[in-house]
Amino acid sequence: MAVQTEVATETVTVHIMGKRYEVPKGLTILKAIEYAGYRLVRGVGCRGGFCGACATVYRKAGDFRLKVGLACQTVAEDGMYLTQIPFYPATKAIYDINALKPSADAVLRYYPEVVRCLQCGTCLKVCPQELDVMRYIAAAMRGDIAKAADLSFDCIQCGLCTSRCPAEISHYHVAMLSRRLYAKHIASPAPHLTQRLEEIRAGKFDAELEALMKADKETLRKLYAERDIEPEELVPSTKTDED
Amino acid sequence: MPYPEMMQESIAKVEETRSRRLRESFPRLSLEERQRLLEAYHPDYRRETFRPLAVGPNKGDLVPNELADLLEAKSRIDPDLFDLSRVDYETDVLIIGGGGAGTAAALWAQEQGVDVLIATKLRWGDANTMMAQGGIQAADKPNDSPARHYLDVMGGGGFVNIPELVKALVTDAPFIIRWLESLGVMFDKEPDGTMITVHGGGTSRRRMHSCRDYTGMEIMRVLRDEARNRGIQAWEFRPAVELLLDESRQCVGVILYDLETEEYFVVRAKAVVLATGGMGRLHIQGFPTTNHYGATADGIVIAYRAGARMIFMDTVQYHPTGVAYPEQILGQLVTEKVRGLGAHLINVDGERFIYELETRDVVSAAIIRECTDKGKGVVTPTGMVGVWLDTPMIDILRGKGTIQRALPAMVRQFARFGIDITKEPILVYPTQHYQNGGIIIRDDASSEIAGLFVAGEVSGGVHGRNRLMGNSLLDILVFGRRAGLSAAEWAKQASPGTPTLDHVRDYHRQLQEAGINTDRVSPMLLPDYTSEIARIRRLGGVTIG
Repeated sequence: MAVQTEVATETVTVHIMGKRYEVPKGLTILKAIEYAGYRLVRGVGCRGGFCGACATVYRKAGDFRLKVGLACQTVAEDGMYLTQIPFYPATKAIYDINALKPSADAVLRYYPEVVRCLQCGTCLKVCPQELDVMRYIAAAMRGDIAKAADLSFDCIQCGLCTSRCPAEISHYHVAMLSRRLYAKHIASPAPHLTQRLEEIRAGKFDAELEALMKADKETLRKLYAERDIEPEELVPSTKTDED
Repeated sequence: MPYPEMMQESIAKVEETRSRRLRESFPRLSLEERQRLLEAYHPDYRRETFRPLAVGPNKGDLVPNELADLLEAKSRIDPDLFDLSRVDYETDVLIIGGGGAGTAAALWAQEQGVDVLIATKLRWGDANTMMAQGGIQAADKPNDSPARHYLDVMGGGGFVNIPELVKALVTDAPFIIRWLESLGVMFDKEPDGTMITVHGGGTSRRRMHSCRDYTGMEIMRVLRDEARNRGIQAWEFRPAVELLLDESRQCVGVILYDLETEEYFVVRAKAVVLATGGMGRLHIQGFPTTNHYGATADGIVIAYRAGARMIFMDTVQYHPTGVAYPEQILGQLVTEKVRGLGAHLINVDGERFIYELETRDVVSAAIIRECTDKGKGVVTPTGMVGVWLDTPMIDILRGKGTIQRALPAMVRQFARFGIDITKEPILVYPTQHYQNGGIIIRDDASSEIAGLFVAGEVSGGVHGRNRLMGNSLLDILVFGRRAGLSAAEWAKQASPGTPTLDHVRDYHRQLQEAGINTDRVSPMLLPDYTSEIARIRRLGGVTIG
């Protein structure tokens, strides 16, 4: 196999943990690091922006500002000085979710350090999901668990907030507790689910299922082709392009 | 505007036809038409990309070449040299894989009063579960029933699914949703608690439950949090590289390999749960993938070497809507929920060409037809081709703000590259998504090897030849739970013998007898995405052709 020559490819210069590399222009930071020859074990995960494994901190030459991004979702630019935060120590409290009430008490009992928040806003500046981290911490602190759960929902637990917080708060664990408190103790359980579970327990569907399991392929094909499909309730009439 | 001019022209046509398309319906295909489309355009029918296995319990069966390469390979372990007498850890139930299936298994096994240990390749929760966006199916609305769900699953799978497994899937589904609710999973609900549900491809009722478009992530982080609260231990960065069988071929443990310290660990266990996920990172037929970095078929490889049979491994699921532009996120998932919410698939001329909620295999085949023989694809500056997914329709159909509220992950992903999906469509093309088949299991998640239980994507049979959206998150929890319960029960009465690697020795002998002399070793553990030049330098300038 011939070695591919890279004549026509435009390159950019990046510094991976201080070491200089030329990589093709347009790659994500993750692919640039791999292109440079690194077979990653840490600092890589889902490669799709969902797992928080590839939190990256960088500076650009000539700029004092520290920037952050997910390596798998950020394009490598010329002059980047990169490092990844593959792991950052954070305190996760151990609790029994069933025994808690959705209140400020629960948050303060397990994460008392939230009251040390200086409202400096560093957490929200470094969040690669652009969440209002400071505001959900404030909501959790005052016992507005629903708000904290809602604001923190898109958190991917990368830990960048925790790495920069001068008050040493483990924000994403506070968020985790808040969401579980909300879903478990504030949101109503689905009433139709309760009913369906009773029906299943009473064996309401057993005969129909047994019959389907015994049916031959032709019968199944026929039943499948003839089954009615619930329509979508979509009516675009009231909501138009001009809205 | 981030879309280059060459693509803007086609976007104008998408916008031009939008108001007309909103009023028109598009016909579904008959079962016969579906079959014809699949045979002509689905990648599974490109038989030259498959080969019959030369060894093992599925000898003679077709599997993708990329998987055959791993199955027709040697162990990382030399069975004649490895010392199994030095045992590093003993437990009742060892769970291989820290994704959704493995974590569910751990929770349910521990509740039965046995000791459990999770061993996982990367971090706990680094798994395809985390990336599942769209939702989880359960027939829990008054107009729905487990029997309807059953029929949808069978039809989606080509009517070849294993009936007992499908029954378990659909009957446990409402229970699983209640379990998640009770753990504190934040489902999308109406104020009275009613689940907000939409359609998925091939569903006859709106039974897709969701947590925005982070459904899998929300489920995974709650399960992991609960497991940590209950003191369940997970060994991270320690994938399994071989199962251990005793003289009666009962599974009695595992060899783990630490990716960082390069040590091997011998773990003895009374029962083993295999929950290692799928094989997206093998890039079957060169497709990009939606899958996690660790999806390299390790579980299939070690279970097959130990004598477990596979089913439906000649079928791979390509998700119809992988990202085709921008290049940086090529192949990443655009959730089916986008179509569930009403977005059309549109060709270069601004026209629909398939009913969007056909099953995934059918929609993928239709997109491939559009982009190849019909020549109606949209070409990108780097020469990729795709079709439009008309996202702005969703807000028109369901009210302004719906996209932002229901699809925040998608909005964010494209906004990072300057594309506003509330105003502009997305360019998509099929991407490798799911391993439809896997290791054969019974409805209690037991395998054909005593003491080995299998759950989730690594198992096969429940989805037949094509899985429906929302049945994977369901599968991992239904069978993860069943595997945990069964493994715990087994562990309480098991009498494991002395661990051996005889099966590895046998397998090596079979390879030799089949004339396969190779340096390949498996499992793969992680893919290699370094540049070709870096790989050549690593080998001292030697190129391997």
